[in-house]
Amino acid sequence: MKHHFDVVVIGGGHAGTEAAAAAARMGATTALVTLREADLGVMSCNPAIGGLGKGHLVREIDALDGIMGVAADQAGIQFRLLNRRKGPAVQGPRAQADRTLYRAAIQSAIRGQKAVDVVQGEVVDLIQAGDRVEGVQLADGTVLRAREVILTSGTFLRGVIHIGNERRNGGRMGDKPSIRLAERIDDFGLPLGRLKTGTPPRLDGKTIDWSKLGEQPGDDDPVMFSFLSGKPVARQISCGITATTAATHDIIRQNLDRSAMYGGHIEGVGPRYCPSIEDKVTRFADKESHQIFLEPEGLDDDTIYPNGISTSMPVDVQKAYVRTIPGLEAVQIRQPGYAIEYDYVDPRALDRTLAVRSLRGLFLAGQINGTTGYEEAAAQGLVAGLNAARRAQGREPAFFERTESYIGVMVDDLTTRGVAEPYRMFTSRAEFRLSLRADNADQRLTPKGIALGCVSEARRRAFGRKLEKLETAREMLQQGTFTPNQLQSIGVNVNSDGVRRTAYQLLSFPDVSFDDVRMLDEAFAEIEPDTATQIAKEAIYANYLARQQRDVDLLKKDEAVAIPSGFSYDALPSLSNELKGKLSRTRPESIAQAARIEGMTPAALALIVARLRQDERRAIA
Amino acid sequence: MDTIFALASAPGKAGLGVIRVSGPRADDACDALAGGRPEYRRASLRRLRDAEGGVLDEALVLRFDAGKSFTGEEVVEFHLHGSVAIIQAVLRRLGALDGFRMAEPGEFTRRALENGRMDLTQVEALADLIDSETESQRRQALDLLSGALSARVGRWRDATLRAVSLLEATIDFADEDVPVDVSPEVRALLTEVVEGIEAELSGLDAAERVRTGFQVAIIGPPNAGKSTLLNYLAGREAAITSEIAGTTRDVIEVRMDLGGLAVTLLDTAGLRETDDAVERIGVQRGRERAEAADLRVHLVTEDITPGVVPGPDDLVFRAKIDLVGGEGVSGTTGQGVPALVDAVKARLMDKAVQAGLASRERHRLALTAGASHLHAAIGLLDSGADLYELTSEEVRLALRRLEALLGHIDVEQILGEIFSSFCVGK
Repeated sequence: MKHHFDVVVIGGGHAGTEAAAAAARMGATTALVTLREADLGVMSCNPAIGGLGKGHLVREIDALDGIMGVAADQAGIQFRLLNRRKGPAVQGPRAQADRTLYRAAIQSAIRGQKAVDVVQGEVVDLIQAGDRVEGVQLADGTVLRAREVILTSGTFLRGVIHIGNERRNGGRMGDKPSIRLAERIDDFGLPLGRLKTGTPPRLDGKTIDWSKLGEQPGDDDPVMFSFLSGKPVARQISCGITATTAATHDIIRQNLDRSAMYGGHIEGVGPRYCPSIEDKVTRFADKESHQIFLEPEGLDDDTIYPNGISTSMPVDVQKAYVRTIPGLEAVQIRQPGYAIEYDYVDPRALDRTLAVRSLRGLFLAGQINGTTGYEEAAAQGLVAGLNAARRAQGREPAFFERTESYIGVMVDDLTTRGVAEPYRMFTSRAEFRLSLRADNADQRLTPKGIALGCVSEARRRAFGRKLEKLETAREMLQQGTFTPNQLQSIGVNVNSDGVRRTAYQLLSFPDVSFDDVRMLDEAFAEIEPDTATQIAKEAIYANYLARQQRDVDLLKKDEAVAIPSGFSYDALPSLSNELKGKLSRTRPESIAQAARIEGMTPAALALIVARLRQDERRAIA
Repeated sequence: MDTIFALASAPGKAGLGVIRVSGPRADDACDALAGGRPEYRRASLRRLRDAEGGVLDEALVLRFDAGKSFTGEEVVEFHLHGSVAIIQAVLRRLGALDGFRMAEPGEFTRRALENGRMDLTQVEALADLIDSETESQRRQALDLLSGALSARVGRWRDATLRAVSLLEATIDFADEDVPVDVSPEVRALLTEVVEGIEAELSGLDAAERVRTGFQVAIIGPPNAGKSTLLNYLAGREAAITSEIAGTTRDVIEVRMDLGGLAVTLLDTAGLRETDDAVERIGVQRGRERAEAADLRVHLVTEDITPGVVPGPDDLVFRAKIDLVGGEGVSGTTGQGVPALVDAVKARLMDKAVQAGLASRERHRLALTAGASHLHAAIGLLDSGADLYELTSEEVRLALRRLEALLGHIDVEQILGEIFSSFCVGK
């Protein structure tokens, strides 16, 4: 076995596998250390990928040739495009995934990367020399040396599982927590916090009376995650729908003091958007029923994940209340629900590449940074993997900006604002939502990926062909102009204002379809349906995007003014002490980030810019 | 890049007002206002005209070529006569030009910096100035928002936050137990806000203000002689006076010319705790109107006025000096009334100048733009839930324009509102 690597990744979850694959695509020799090789790509929470905001992240990962999108497409057993009736900017692809197929797809993707060595073992310590991390030590004494280390330990840092008043140490049901590693992190002096999250009980599908239940089928016209995928490969299924009853709520209310969360056993902060059934019943007391989706965990697995009733009640209470739910009257619980508390590192201790600022050679990605969700974890793994490889190779860092991607929005939110609860992506977090769409993730990011060197030849070529078609069609549609008369003749409702419009402009009218536009010019017939669909999606927002461009340009300009990590705010006497303190703590990496710090004044920004200019001139002189 | 402009001289009454214009289209300002471009760096006397050709002012126009100006860009300066009305008219004219907008605080400095026209020392020298500019704008925004207006703005803020949260809930939690169609509630919320803003806009207009005049409330405990003073000032029996405390039960308004200023005097019910239901309503109404007024004149007697503390800008006079003697005012004999009128006039003039000019113009522009985005949002609601992402975009654009007024509304607050209203999450 090799003992020297460019990059060592600790953890084989969604962040770890994506990080290892990204580093390997960049040509870095990479070790992926995991407790059990068979657990690579395990979905420890619900068996689904994507959704609103999250689906955007998966598309972006795919645009950079990551592995999550392709794996989800291979494992998908029910595809739904959320917000299908709304505009393309807020449509999010989502799929139920077969756990076994998903693991298999991820493992095959990792095996397909020749530069990745999967190492089975437990990392018990990081090897440190001064302020530099130089490798990891395994429980069996093996030492792996690395130029860069990526830690993706999820909820394993001082993880504690709660079921009622029972508590046991563990990072996931059935796994040990990483306590020695947590102690090492303590030695680094990184700021830590405590969060919690919960899961529902897993049910035996054979004991559910499906005949009583509503059914949620997948879309007739499934939308895939990967730009390279065509259609689903696995057999498609439906999910069941049921709901809690008054009897369910009664049982929960009567036993609230036995819940770990309500009994005062948990100090961690849970997410507001993923409330336990205890929370739901207490906080929304007037609601008589809460919806539950019964999600199959796989085609050959009749375990059911009841989405909507995560809990930390004792097992007997869980048994009692699930049986008050229609269809679940005789249900058997295969694994009780539980709450898990864990340590996270305040992500403000990281820079925009997700490297720890106070050390060299260490990146953090995934739930350890206070996020929740497979997609958020994978996207961070990608950022850390790309950057660890680039740093190991002595190349410039790869930054992702708010103006260009959800990945950029997330990294910026995390590293400048920190988290108060587990961070989850929403489309409302992206101020440039209309331009950062799932449908154009490839146009936004694949060129960047090609420039970075993380995109395969096959994808590069496929993307090139697509782009060429789009550009030809766009040009065609923007060339000729038509009078109101001509437009009225094809049934378009425009004023006779004498203004000539291009076919492209016409597409931004809410009631004009591409088929209408085709009638204007015979040449439009050669535009292929896929290309037409894509152009129609961007044209809807043409007016808004033009207006937004000014804001984007301004922000980009400020993003481009980098503040070096060693910049001394103390050397700016006119800066108030309050701002000096904030700036020194937050360490913004660009003027754009500095501007977002609360209480920042125009004068302070001008001072920083002036200082940067002065330093630049000195450096040249 | 936009061409920016702002009043470069100190706001307030002064002999001259200098408006600086900087950016690629600065020359357009010369063409449009002065009817041509004077030679570079040579003061030239021009007539500035409005869009209809009416003369705004006779002013010195100075033009600087790019690379030789304060900012390094094309710059034009208009040296105007220092009248509030003229400066305001020129600012408004510039704001209507294509590609022009009011400069943000510190923006001239920032451009100068970026074009290598300033070094760190020079910026440091200017830093206090920029911050005080920011601070005075903030303070003026707050000043404009005194009393009842700030309560109204608070309601607009809540309504807009609620509206955008409803829209975002249907977008980001489409898969969950949230309403699909929130149009009626959003429409009601946004309509209230946009109507309020438009009412405010008409009030912000300086010309309108001079026409409708200032409101001055006379307040004090019962039987302090408020109505007597009002009658003396008005020269007629506008308010019924009597010896019985609590005679004035409603708010009485008298419009008059007070030393050349159009003023509406408000006589309010004496402020006291009372068991009389009708009087209590009168007291309540009096308090509200007094808070909303431009200026409050407090008449004080031995009796304490319950629950009313004079603000820093309010005037305080001892009442009924015909009976108690000493310094103060009497509506019966007219003693001290000229001094009171002078004091009221001085205070109102002060306010007119302070609140006027740049900050008012900035507010007017922000409110106008905000209202137009809200109108667009309301219009999009007609298309229903399918276009909510565009409706929400318009509301968010409105929020950004209204930040100076409503404060910054962050995505965390939107999410907070969603999570407290709907049981979302699985």
